[in-house]
Amino acid sequence: MASSHSSQGTPPVIAPGHTFGTVTDKISAIVLARKTPIGWYAGFAAAFALTLLLLVSLTYLVLKGIGIWGNNEPVGWAFDITNFVWWIGIGHAGTLISAILLLLRQSWRTSINRFAEAMTLFAVASAGIFPLFHTGRPWLAYWLLPYPNTMNVWPQFRSPLVWDVFAVSTYATVSLLFWFVGLIPDLATLRDRSQSKAGRIIYGMLAMGWRGSSRHWHRYETAYLLLAGLATPLVVSVHTVVSFDFAVSIMPGWHTTIFPPYFVAGAIYSGFAMVLTLAIPIRAVYKLEDFITMRHLQNMAKVMLVTGLIVAYGYMTEAFIAWYSADKYEGFVPLNRLTGPYFLAYWSLILCNVAIPQLLWLKRVRTNVPILFIISIIVNVGMWLERFVIIVTSLHRDFLPSSWGMYSATFWDWSTYVGTIGLFLSLLFLFLRFLPMISIFEMRTMLPEARVDEEAI
Amino acid sequence: MSSIKVAGGRARPAEAATNGGRREGRGLGAGEEQSRRFWRTLDEQADDPQFVEQLYNEFPSEIEAITDPVARRTFLKLMGASLALAGVTACTRQPAEKIVPYVRQPEELIPGKPLFYATSMPLGGVATGLLVESHEGRPTKIEGNPLHPGSLGATDVFAQAAILGLYDPDRSQTLTNLGDIRPWSAFLGAVRAALTAQQPLKGAGLRILTESVSSPTLAAQIRDVLARYPSAKWHQWDPASRDTARQGAKAAFGEYVDAQYRFEQADVILSLDADFLGSGPGGLRYARDFAARRRPDQADRMNRLYAIESMPTSTGARADHRLPAKPSDVERIARAIANAVMPGPKGPGLQDPAHAKWADAVAKDLQAHRGRSLVIAGDGQPPSVHALAHAMNAALGNAGKIVVYTQAVEAKPIAQLDSLRDLVADMTAGTVDLLVIVGGNPVYTAPADLKFSDALDKVQLKVHLSLYDDETSERCQWQIPEAHFLESWSDARAYDGTASIVQPLIAPLYGGKSAHELLAAMSDRPERPAYDIVREFWSANRGSGLNRTPQEFEVSWRRWLHDGVIPNTEYAPKTVTLQSGVGSRQSGVDSRQTPDTSHQSPATGGIEISFRNDPCILDGRFANNGWLQELPKPITRLTWDNAILVSPATAAKLRAEGAPAFEGGEHGQILSHIVELKYRGRSVRGAIFPVVGHPDDCATVHLGYGRVRAGHVGTGAGFNANSIRTSDALAFGAGAEMVATSDNASLACTQYHHLMEGRGMVRAVTRDEFVRDPKSVHEESGGGGAKDETPPKIITLYPAVEYTGYKWGMAIDVNACIGCNACVVGCQAENNIPVIGKDQVLRGREMHWLRVDTYYRGPAENPETYFQPVPCMHCENAPCEVVCPVGATVHSSEGLNDMVYNRCVGTRYCSNNCPYKVRRFNFLLYQDWDTPSLKLARNPDVSIRSRGVMEKCTYCVQRINAAKIDSEKEDRAVRDGEIKTACQQVCPADAIVFGNLNDPKSRVAQLQAETRNYSLLGELNTRPRTTYLAAVRNVNPELGE
Repeated sequence: MASSHSSQGTPPVIAPGHTFGTVTDKISAIVLARKTPIGWYAGFAAAFALTLLLLVSLTYLVLKGIGIWGNNEPVGWAFDITNFVWWIGIGHAGTLISAILLLLRQSWRTSINRFAEAMTLFAVASAGIFPLFHTGRPWLAYWLLPYPNTMNVWPQFRSPLVWDVFAVSTYATVSLLFWFVGLIPDLATLRDRSQSKAGRIIYGMLAMGWRGSSRHWHRYETAYLLLAGLATPLVVSVHTVVSFDFAVSIMPGWHTTIFPPYFVAGAIYSGFAMVLTLAIPIRAVYKLEDFITMRHLQNMAKVMLVTGLIVAYGYMTEAFIAWYSADKYEGFVPLNRLTGPYFLAYWSLILCNVAIPQLLWLKRVRTNVPILFIISIIVNVGMWLERFVIIVTSLHRDFLPSSWGMYSATFWDWSTYVGTIGLFLSLLFLFLRFLPMISIFEMRTMLPEARVDEEAI
Repeated sequence: MSSIKVAGGRARPAEAATNGGRREGRGLGAGEEQSRRFWRTLDEQADDPQFVEQLYNEFPSEIEAITDPVARRTFLKLMGASLALAGVTACTRQPAEKIVPYVRQPEELIPGKPLFYATSMPLGGVATGLLVESHEGRPTKIEGNPLHPGSLGATDVFAQAAILGLYDPDRSQTLTNLGDIRPWSAFLGAVRAALTAQQPLKGAGLRILTESVSSPTLAAQIRDVLARYPSAKWHQWDPASRDTARQGAKAAFGEYVDAQYRFEQADVILSLDADFLGSGPGGLRYARDFAARRRPDQADRMNRLYAIESMPTSTGARADHRLPAKPSDVERIARAIANAVMPGPKGPGLQDPAHAKWADAVAKDLQAHRGRSLVIAGDGQPPSVHALAHAMNAALGNAGKIVVYTQAVEAKPIAQLDSLRDLVADMTAGTVDLLVIVGGNPVYTAPADLKFSDALDKVQLKVHLSLYDDETSERCQWQIPEAHFLESWSDARAYDGTASIVQPLIAPLYGGKSAHELLAAMSDRPERPAYDIVREFWSANRGSGLNRTPQEFEVSWRRWLHDGVIPNTEYAPKTVTLQSGVGSRQSGVDSRQTPDTSHQSPATGGIEISFRNDPCILDGRFANNGWLQELPKPITRLTWDNAILVSPATAAKLRAEGAPAFEGGEHGQILSHIVELKYRGRSVRGAIFPVVGHPDDCATVHLGYGRVRAGHVGTGAGFNANSIRTSDALAFGAGAEMVATSDNASLACTQYHHLMEGRGMVRAVTRDEFVRDPKSVHEESGGGGAKDETPPKIITLYPAVEYTGYKWGMAIDVNACIGCNACVVGCQAENNIPVIGKDQVLRGREMHWLRVDTYYRGPAENPETYFQPVPCMHCENAPCEVVCPVGATVHSSEGLNDMVYNRCVGTRYCSNNCPYKVRRFNFLLYQDWDTPSLKLARNPDVSIRSRGVMEKCTYCVQRINAAKIDSEKEDRAVRDGEIKTACQQVCPADAIVFGNLNDPKSRVAQLQAETRNYSLLGELNTRPRTTYLAAVRNVNPELGE
C-alpha cells in the first residue's frame, strides 16, 4: 500500500542526511559505545523481577498442580490457553514483516524487521510455556512428540494438540534461523568494531567467520530468501493450526469454520499492535526517529486498521451464522456472550478491538504518536480479551445446563501471565543491549548512496 | 537485687532436700500415703480395704474367694502370679512384629479374590441387610443383601458410606478418663465401684441412655441390668428414629405398633409430608415396590402419588401431584381430605380454593380406590396427623391390606422426647449418680430448651460409648471408643421385624467396645465378648424349630450368618382397633396430647420454621464422613453446608438471596446472604438458599451441622440448627423471624441451574398421552422433534465399527429414579473416588464420576422435578477420544471408552470436548496417600489416580473383567445380569440397567428397544451407549398437569 504512491513524496524510510558511516555508527553505538541508559537498568530490573515471579509461579505449579489456577470443570482451559494464543498471535507480526513484506519488496520493513523478529522469538518462547505447563503432568509433556520408544506408543495424530506441537515447534525453529541468519553480517560488524576482547570473541563466534566477501553475500541472499519462503506459509499455518484446537472440537462457540482466517487476521492485528507498543518507546529512548519514521508508524497503523476490520467481520459472521444455523446450542453462545455473566469481557473486547481502532481512519490519529501508542495497547488488551471470550465463555456454558459453571482467575493465573510478560521484556531488554536492534547493513541499502552505486554498475 | 535473688533461688532446693524426708510421712494426703506405702508381701497389700474393693470390682466372679478365708490363699497365689506379671509387662518391649505371607492358605481365601459376608447395619433402630466385600480381611465395599427384606440388594447412602466411617482416622481410638488414656480394666473398676454404690439404692441413681434399640440381645442385656437395679431407668433418645410415628400409632390404637406398607398393591397414595422413598424404615424396599408400579409399559398398573409437602423431597419429586404447603397446613388439608373420605361430622372446608380443589380431587381418587389406596404421614408431622392417616386408612379399607400393622420393631418403643425430658429433670434434680450413654450425642442433638448439657454437669459419673470423641464425650469422664458395626457382633431387626446377626468383618481397628460389652461390664459377667453374648442369646431364646440341640443350633447359626437373615422372624400382622374418635376433629387425640404440637393455631405472622434431619449426614452422626459431606443433597445440590431453605418469593421479600458467585458460579460457588433466624429468643445465623417448590413464609433448616467436635471433616461445617430447636417444636414451629444481614457466605453447590433451556435433557409426558401414542415422549417442545434425533450413520466418512463380541450399554430410567444419591456414593466407594473438600467444590471441581442432575419443568412456584443420573455415556463416536494428543482415552472392542491413567498427561482437552461434562480432572493431589487407615478402605481392583490425570466412569470395568474371566473359565458367555455396575447394584428403584446390547434378550437391550428410550444430546451424533427412558407421569385429569 505504501509503495503504490511512493513517488509522490511519501516520507523516506530513513531521514535525510545519513551516510553509510552514520547509519553504522548510530546503530552499533547503542550496543558498543554508548553508555547504557539508566532507564535500561530500571526496565530490565523490573522485567527480570517479573521473570522471577514466573519462576516462582511455575515452581509452585509443578509442586502443587493445575489446581492453583482457577481452571475447573467445565472450564478446563482458561488463562493458560488464552495466554498461549495471545503470545503466538503477537509473534506473527514479526514473521509477517520479515518474510511476507520481504517477498513483497516492502522496503520500509527494514527498520523494524530485526526487532519484530526478535519479538516473534520472545513471544513464541513466552507462548511455549503455557502448553507445556498447562498439562497436569508437565514432566510427561514430551509424550506429545513422536519419538521412538520401546513401547511403540505414538502421539494420537488426530488431535489438534499434536498438530500444534508441530506447528509451533516448526515456527520457533524457522523464526530463530531466519533471525539469526539475518543477524550474521551485523554480528560481523560488531565483531570488527568491538573495543573489548570478550566482545570480539563472542561476536566473532556468532558471526561464524563472516568476511563480507561477495560469495558470502551471495550465499546469504539465497539462504535468507529461502528462509523467507519457508516462513511465509508459517504466518498462515501456525495460527490456522492453533485455531483448529477450537474449530475441530464440538463445543458451540468453538466449532466454527471461520476460525482459521479469523485467527490469522487477529494474530497479525495483535502482532502489529505489539510492534507499535514496543517501537514507539524504543524509538524515543534511543533517538531512532531517523530510522523508524512516521512512515513506519503510519503503515503499521494502516495494517492494524485492515486486520482489525477483518477481525470485526469475523465477530459479525460468527454471530450471524450462530443465529442462521438455527442450532439452539450455537445460537445460545453469542447471546450468552452479549448478556451472560461475562458480558463485560465481551463488550470490552468490542470496544478495544472494533470501536477504538476506527480512529485510525484519521490521519491525525495515525500521526499522533502518543495516541497511536495508547491505541496499540488497547488493541493488545482487546486481543487478549478476544481469546479469553472465545475460550472461557464457550466452555462455561455448554450443552447441559447442569454442568454450567463460572471461572475466575486466581493470583497464580495472573502471576504466570504477568511473569511471561516479564520474561518477554527481559529478553527484549537483553536484545536491545547486546544486539543491533535495527539491521545495519539493510539500512545501508536504503540510503541514496546505495541506490546510486547500483545504478552506476 | 539480682544477686540476692540468685542466692535465694539457690537456697530453696537445699531446703526442700533437707525437709523432704521428714515431710513425707505427715504432710501428704491419706490417699497418697497409701500409694507410697511400702509393702513387703502381697498379703499385706491385699489386706488393704481399698485393694480389696478394687479386686472386687475387677474380678467380681472371684469375690467369694476373697471373702472365704480358706480359698483366699489359693486366690492370692493365682493373683500373685498375675500381679507379678503385671509388673513385668512394664519392663518388656513390644515384641517385634513380622509380616509373613500365609503359610497355610485360609480356607476359601484366594488372594485377589474378594469374599462377601452378610451383616446388617442398624440405623435409627432399624436394620438394613448388607453383603460386605472383603479383600484379604479388610472390608472395602458394601452392597445390599438381596435376601434381606429391608434391602432386596439395594442400600442407602448411609450404608454405602459406612466403609469410610469404619476407617475414619478421626474415630475415638482410646479409652479415656478426663482425657487421659486408661485401660479397660480401669474403667471396669470405676464403673463397678459406682454400681456397687448403687446396690443399696437399687440403682436409683443409675440411668442408661441409648438410641433406639432393635437388637434383641442388647435389649435383653439392658433388661438384665434393670432387673439387678430395679430403680434404674432406661431412657432412649434417637434423632434418627421416628417419635411422631410411634406416638401417632399409640394415639390411634392405644399401643405401639409399626405400620408396614404394601406399595406393590397400592393404586393411589397420599403422602402427608412423608419422604418414604429411599429413606426411613423400609425405605429401600418401598422404593423398589413403588417403582414396580410405575412402569409405563404396564400403563394400567401405574399407581398415582399425591404429595403434600413443605421442603421438596425425592418423594415429592416423584409425585404426580405435589402440593407445597407449610408443615402446619398439612394437617388442615389432610383433615379436609379425611372429611371427604371418612364418615362422621364434617369439619369446615379449606379456604384456599386451590387447596380445596386439590383436596377434593385427592379425596375422590382415594375413594375410588378403596382398599387399594394408602395414606402415609411423615416423620415431621405431629402424632395427630399420623393418627389421622391411620384413621383414613381404616376408613378406606386399606388397613390390613395395604397397611399392615405389626408389633413394634424397636425393643422398647417409648415417647423418646418425654424420656429425654425425664432424664434431664432427674439429672437437674441431682438424683443421677451414674449415667451410661450408649451411643448417640445428646449434648449436641438434645433440644436447646432442655439444657441437656447443663443437667449433665450435675451427674457424678458419666460414661459415653461412641464412635467419635464428640460434644457429649467432652462432658463425660469416661469416653469409650465404640466398635463400628463392621467390627462387632450384634443383632438387629429389619423394618418388618426380621432379625439378622450383625457379624464383624474385621477386628476392632482401635480396640473399640460394642454396646454389648459395655452392658456386660455392668452385669455379673463383665469380660464376656460380644460374640458369646449374642450367640448365647440366640441359642437360649430360639426354642422353636431350628436349634433344639447344640449341633442343630450350630447349623442354623451358620446358615443365619451366611444368609444374613434369621428366617421366620418377621413379625406377624397384628389386628389393631382404632381408638374411638381418632381422626375426627373433635377427638381429644388430635394433637394436644403430645408436646411437640403447640402450633395448633395457624401461624400469626412471622415465618414458620421446620427442622429436618439432613439427607446426607442425618442428625450429625455422619458429619465426619467426607463422602456424605461432599454428596450433593437431593434437590438443593448443596454440599458441605446446611442452609436456611426458603422459597424464592420469601427470599425476595427479605431482599436476601443466593446468586451464583463469579468464582465457581452456577456449579460451584453460590454467594448467599447470611440471615439471622430468630426463634423464641434464640437465634442462629446461616446462609439463605432459595429452593423452588418450597412453600412461602416458611423456612426449612437441616440438622446435623455446626458441630464443634466432629473431627477434621465435620467440625465447623454449616450452622447448628439445634441451638434454636426447642422441645415443643421439634419438627416445626411458627413465629420465627428472619433478618437479613449484609454478610455473605459461600455455599458449595454442584448444580444451581435447573432449567432445561429448551434442550430436552429429560423427556416426559403424561400417562394418557403415552397410552395414546408412545412416541409422544419425543415430540414435546423441549424434547425436540425428529430433527434432534441421532443422524443416520451414512453421514460419516469413517468406516463403521462392528462390535462382534460384547457390546456394553446402559439404560437409565428417568421415570424410576428417585434421586436418592445411593448410586453416587456407591460409585465413590467402588472406584476409589477422592473427597476434595469444600474449597475445591466451590471451584467446581467435584470428582464424582456419576452425578444426579435435577431439572425442573413447569411453573416456578411448584414445578415438576426430574432426576437424571449422568455417568459417562461411552459414546461410540466419542468426542473425547479424537482430541487426546497422547491417546490416553481410547475405545475398546466392546465399546467402552477407556481411560489410560498412566498415559494421561492432563491437557484437559477431552473434558473440554465432552458435551456431557462427565470427565473429572485431578487438579490437585486429591487422593490421600498418607493416612494409613484410609488405604485400607480402597478397592484394590481400581487404580488410585494421581494428580494431573483425567478420570471418569468406566462402567465398572473391573467388574466386567472379573465376570468375563469367570465366564471364560467356564467356557460360556457372560450371562445377562451377571455384571452389575456399582451404581446399578445399589439402586433401590432399579433405575439403572447394564448389560450386553448384542444380546437382544438382555434387559438393557430390551429397555433400549422401548419407545421411551432416547439418547442425551443424540443429535450430536455421539451415539452414546448410555441412554435414558423418558418419564411418564400418571396425572389426574381432574387436576390437570
